[in-house]
Amino acid sequence: MQRRLLILAAALIAVLMLVLPLVVVFTEALSAGPGRIVEALSDPDAQAAIWLTIEVAAISLTVNTIFGLAAAWCITKHDFPLRGLLVTLIELPLSVSPVVSGLVWMLVFGAQGWLGPWLRGHGIGIVFALPGVVLATIFVTFPFVVRPLLPLMQSQGREQEEAAALLGAGLWRTLWHVTLPEIRWGLLSGILLCNARAMGEFGAVAVVSGHIPGATETMPLRIEALYNDFQGAAAFAMAALLAALALLTLAAKAFLEARTGRLAGPG
Amino acid sequence: MTAAPALTRRGLALALGISLVSRTAHAQTTLLNVSYDPTRELYRDVDKAFPAVWAGQGGDALTVRSTHGGSGAQARAVLDGLQADVVTLALASDIDALAERKLLARDWQSRLPHNATPYTSTIVFLVRKGNPKRLLDWADLIRPGVAIITPNPKTSGGARWNYLAAWGWALRQPGGSDATAEAFLGKLFKQVPVLDSGARGATNTFVQRGLGDVLLAWENEALLAADELGPDKFDIVYPSLSILAEPPVAVVDSVVDARGTRRAAEAYLRFLYAPQAQDIVGRRHFRPRDAAAQAKYAAKFPTLPLFDIAALGGWTKVQAAHFADGGAFDRIYTPGK
Repeated sequence: MQRRLLILAAALIAVLMLVLPLVVVFTEALSAGPGRIVEALSDPDAQAAIWLTIEVAAISLTVNTIFGLAAAWCITKHDFPLRGLLVTLIELPLSVSPVVSGLVWMLVFGAQGWLGPWLRGHGIGIVFALPGVVLATIFVTFPFVVRPLLPLMQSQGREQEEAAALLGAGLWRTLWHVTLPEIRWGLLSGILLCNARAMGEFGAVAVVSGHIPGATETMPLRIEALYNDFQGAAAFAMAALLAALALLTLAAKAFLEARTGRLAGPG
Repeated sequence: MTAAPALTRRGLALALGISLVSRTAHAQTTLLNVSYDPTRELYRDVDKAFPAVWAGQGGDALTVRSTHGGSGAQARAVLDGLQADVVTLALASDIDALAERKLLARDWQSRLPHNATPYTSTIVFLVRKGNPKRLLDWADLIRPGVAIITPNPKTSGGARWNYLAAWGWALRQPGGSDATAEAFLGKLFKQVPVLDSGARGATNTFVQRGLGDVLLAWENEALLAADELGPDKFDIVYPSLSILAEPPVAVVDSVVDARGTRRAAEAYLRFLYAPQAQDIVGRRHFRPRDAAAQAKYAAKFPTLPLFDIAALGGWTKVQAAHFADGGAFDRIYTPGK
C-alpha cells in the first residue's frame, strides 16, 4: 500500500512538473489558431532565429562529439597523471551557472576584455556575433557527450584494443573498427541529449548574444523578446516549436535506448 | 522562408567550419540601434519607415535592427563591444558613460536639437481599474499595505526617472530636504516586492503576472498598457508633480567610422525629428517635439507641473549622489527586507 502511494506521488509530481508545462505551451500556441502560428514562424526574424539555433546546435554537436570522444578515449583507455582532475574539469559546466560561463567569454573576448581590443582591431567579432553564441553553447553542453561514454568505455575494459594493437592495427583502425562499434548507441544518445540542451540554452547565450533580431537571436532569446513585446501568441508558437524539436530529439533517444535495451544517460 | 540555395550554402559553411569566423559581409547596409526597454513598439514602426526615407535621400538598401533592454545594461553591452551604430537610451548619463570611454564625442548632446532628445515622456502611476487603493499622489504610495512595482535603478533608466520623480516631489514638500527625500524613498522601496532589471519586465510583472497595486511607469508604457492591454483593467493616475524625462539619442562615432555607416546613422537620427517620425512618436505614446504632432495628440498628454533633471543638478551630479556604488540608493535599498 505504502509503495503504491509512493509511486502515485512520484507520478503526480512528474505530471505536474514535467507534463503540465508542455501541455500549457502547446495549448497556448494552438489557442491563437494555426494561422497565427504560421504567421509568427514565417516572420523573417523568426526564420533567422530558427536557422541560427539549428546552426549553433550543429556546430556545438560536431565539436563536442569530436572532443568528447577524444576525452573519453584518453581517460578510459590510457593511464596518465591527473586523470581524475580531467574528469572533474569535464563536469565543471554542469555545476557552473550558465550566466557565469557567458560572463567568462565576455571577460576574455569583450571590448574591455583581455583579447577584445586586439580582436576588434583586426575586425574579428567574437561576442555579440555567431562565434560567441557558439562558444557559450559548446561550453554549456560539453559534458553531455563525454558523460555517458565514460562508464560505458570503462566497463568494456582495454582487452579488445590491446588485442587489436597486438594484431598490428593502428590508432585510427582500432578506433574505427574496435572501439566505435561498441559504443555507438551510447555515443548517439549522448549526441541527442547534447542537441536538446544546445537548442534550448538561454543563460550563457543571453550574456554574449546582444539579442540582435535577425542576427544573433536564437529561439530561446526570441521567445523572451516576443513575450516582452506583448506578443504572447507568437512567443508560445515559437516555444511550441522549440519544445517539439526537443521532444523529437528525446523520442529519437528513447527509441535508440529501446533498441539497445538498456537505460543510458549521464549521471 | 529562404530558398534552397541559402540552405545548401549554410550547409557548406557548416561543413567547412567557416561559420566560426564572424560573417561581417552583408548584401546590404545594416544599422543597429541599441535602445532601452519600452521603445520596442516605437522603433518597430520607425525602423520600418526609415529605409524608404533613406532611399529617397539617395541611400542604398538598408535594414535597421533595434535591440531592447534595461538602459544601463544596454550601455554596458555597447561598452563590451556590441556594434551599435546609434544608441537611443533612457537617460543622458548612460550615453555619457560611453563618451567617457571615447566611443563617441563628449559634445554628443549638442549635435542634435533639443539636447538630442527627439521625444520626451514623464513618470505616472498605473493602478488597477477604479483605483481601489485610492492612490492619487506620491504621498499615498507609502501608506501601509500598498505594493509598488518599479524596476531596479541600477540597471533600468526608467527606474531612475521613477526614483528621481519621487525624490523631486519629496524635496518640494514643506520642510523638504535631502534627508526627508531619502527617508521618503527608503519607505517607498520597502514596499517594492520585486525589482525587475528593465521597465518592460516591471510592466509584465504588474500587467501579466498581476503583482502589486501600483506600477511606477513611463507615461508611454502606462498608455500602452492601458490602451492596448486592457482599457478595462487599468487606470492612469497623474501625480501633482512629476519629472520631465528626456531620453536622448546619439551616433556612436567609433562604430560608424569603423563600419562606414555614419551617413545613414546620422540620417536615421535626423529622421526622428521629421514630421513623419514625430507622428509615430505621438502614436506610440511618447510626447513629440514637433508642434503639429503635439497638436494632433494633445488630448493624450495632459499638462502637469514637471521639473527637469537640471533642477536636481544635472545627470553627472545625480548619478554620483544617487546611483553610484555607495550612493543614496545603496543606503536606501537593502535586498531581502
